[in-house]
Amino acid sequence: MERPIRVLVAKPGLDGHDRGAKVIARALRDAGMEVIYTGLRQTPEQIVEAAIQEDVDVVALSILSGAHNTLFPKITKLLKERGAEDILVIGGGVIPEEDIPFLKEHGIAEIFTPGTPTSAVIEYIKANVKRLAKK
Amino acid sequence: MMELEKLLLNRDKRAIARAITYAEDDEEKAREIIRKLYKRSGNAYIVGITGPPGVGKSTLTDRLVKNLVEEGKKIGIIAVDPTSPFTGGSILGDRIRMQDLTTHPNVYIRSMGTRGHLGGLSKGTYMAVRILDIAGMDYVFVETVGVGQSEVDIIKIADTVVMVLAPGLGDDIQAIKAGIMEIADVFVVNKSDREGADKTVLELNMMLDLDMPKEWRPPVVKAVAQEGKGIGEVLEKIHSHKEYLISSGQLEERRKNRIKMEITESVKNKLMKDVFAKMGNEEFDQKIQKVMAKEIDPYTVAEALYRQILERRE
Repeated sequence: MERPIRVLVAKPGLDGHDRGAKVIARALRDAGMEVIYTGLRQTPEQIVEAAIQEDVDVVALSILSGAHNTLFPKITKLLKERGAEDILVIGGGVIPEEDIPFLKEHGIAEIFTPGTPTSAVIEYIKANVKRLAKK
Repeated sequence: MMELEKLLLNRDKRAIARAITYAEDDEEKAREIIRKLYKRSGNAYIVGITGPPGVGKSTLTDRLVKNLVEEGKKIGIIAVDPTSPFTGGSILGDRIRMQDLTTHPNVYIRSMGTRGHLGGLSKGTYMAVRILDIAGMDYVFVETVGVGQSEVDIIKIADTVVMVLAPGLGDDIQAIKAGIMEIADVFVVNKSDREGADKTVLELNMMLDLDMPKEWRPPVVKAVAQEGKGIGEVLEKIHSHKEYLISSGQLEERRKNRIKMEITESVKNKLMKDVFAKMGNEEFDQKIQKVMAKEIDPYTVAEALYRQILERRE
């Protein structure tokens, strides 16, 4: 049996809106992935720790608070420190166009802004997951 | 490989995580690790947390573990959630209730999907428990999926099975009496600040008193896990059950049965792989057609398939 892709869907920051995260969690589940959902208001440390303990292939971050420029790079930095830079990190939420190059420079592989169909996210994950690195 | 084993023995969380991934994906590497380090296993005490959906299993686990880490204990948690039989996907949400434990140095938490395995656990759970045991955990908590009437696999893994219930299940207790109720060593009536808690406790006690007298009569404890109430008492009962198991020789008995089960399951899995390898080929499809046409029956086909596999293995 083919192993399912494991994805941590996490919400860093202090905003209390998890609808987007839940919609994406469900879409990924329906695409046959194992989604670990950790709930609201996660610190970067908690997200990285959960990603490592769950041995995920992908971390999908959802944020609406505007703090992405501080929180996202912090997460990729911590992952690197733990030797887990092979995990694909993607982000979504209310993120202005002009911030995207900065985030990509800091190890966020792709940013999905509001209006992106969930199928685009699924396809992106399937095409870019570095699962072979695990074998 | 050597490196992974060394890190595993040092309870490196990344190494534990990777070893459990091998177990989950049914890779040879997992068996290799266990083969080499098996002598180190057998020191962890395994607690199963089971019960119907929504009774607060994750929250109770979170509180029990918080108490134990305060005593300096090292703890592994495996939380199992159902996998969709249609898409193979799952949403594993038990960590939501265990957020504070995520970054605790002495706690490792892993979520698992059932991946088509019935019985309330996943196939990889057995090996994952072994890996956490080998890594030197004092306790391993295994939280099952929300159970109905027949998800009793936890008895095959756990030393102590804690059955979590909530008020308002009412007559359901009678309905689920056989099966899942019989596997419990400790009953917890969680959310006991709600109406009907005393009634639930009473019904449970009545039911237990109707059973044949046993050496260990499962106690019934009231708790409000959300508020941390009753947690100490639940731990006390787990400890006294452990003492009973040791003094009565039952612990050895349970572990002997577990080894027996692990061996038979492993044989079964290997055979199943051979069976599935045969399925889907033309010959097999033809057999199915013949069964459909009533030219032959399924049991004769199965017997022939079994013989084929045995012969090939010899």
